[in-house]
Amino acid sequence: MVKGILGKKLGMTQLFTEEGKVVPVTVIEAGPCVIVQKKTAETDGYNAIQVGFGEIREKLVNKPAKGHFSKGGVKPLRFVKEFRIENVDDFQVGQEITADVFAAGESVDVVGTSRGKGFAGGIKRHGFHRGPMAHGSKYHRRPGSLGAKGPARVFKGRKLPGRTGGERVTVQNLQVVRVDKERNLLIVKGAVPGPKNGLLIVKDTVKA
Amino acid sequence: MDIISALEKEQIKSDIPNFLPGDTVRVHVKVREGNRERIQVFEGIVIRRSGGGLRETFTVRRISYGVGVERIFPVHSPIIDRIEIMRRGRVRRAKLYYLRSLRGKAARIKEKK
Repeated sequence: MVKGILGKKLGMTQLFTEEGKVVPVTVIEAGPCVIVQKKTAETDGYNAIQVGFGEIREKLVNKPAKGHFSKGGVKPLRFVKEFRIENVDDFQVGQEITADVFAAGESVDVVGTSRGKGFAGGIKRHGFHRGPMAHGSKYHRRPGSLGAKGPARVFKGRKLPGRTGGERVTVQNLQVVRVDKERNLLIVKGAVPGPKNGLLIVKDTVKA
Repeated sequence: MDIISALEKEQIKSDIPNFLPGDTVRVHVKVREGNRERIQVFEGIVIRRSGGGLRETFTVRRISYGVGVERIFPVHSPIIDRIEIMRRGRVRRAKLYYLRSLRGKAARIKEKK
């Protein structure tokens, strides 16, 4: 079985364990996802299943996408992603993947797009330290030296201010706290990247 | 209703008595020792209630062997068996931090009539 699903971040809350410990959790609306296409080594060069998730209005689907979905005989979906797997024959096009591919206690990796932070300075972007804020200091949040004088240029890769966030981020090894098949919920311990309603890819963890 | 508030509502206890800062309460706490479970009582003055909804907590202060001890409980924690209100106190503020610097007779709270 494929250990992967697409989902939507609903937000964070807390759960009590039986021992009375508070666990911070993220609630993910995971699936139901539909298999749109199977890719095999003969035709595509690699084995994978293509999975779709999320409702979409008919009007927003363009003709090529419509054709692709109707080929598999599935309803158009908003997001389409692939999961690399070994054996494609275990799956049929149109098959549903639900949240119960994961069980409570398992570990997962969650991939999302982090919140965009715009043009950010070195402190927010790279974790630089700041200068003194008082006692006549005028050196508050600047990046510091850009390098030696000799080369007469700034080396590539120098950490400087710039566009921050809005990039793909993976959080590894999050524990699944609860799975609710009726409501399609996957509850994981800890935070995941991105804003509420952001698309998430939940996969079996590469750790362990 | 959205799912987050539904999940929180599931965990909220409905049998919490209405206690306020200044009240003296007896908190019956479930303590697990190995496989056995027993009830431990923590009695003291509520000096604050903080947060709201599922995340609400309260702090109970007591003097134990001459040392001030404060314990913070989540109101909806499953380890709380029950809360008994022993005495209603008349206080004029919501957070009774001033009790920390008082001891003995000065740290008493008048009973509400």
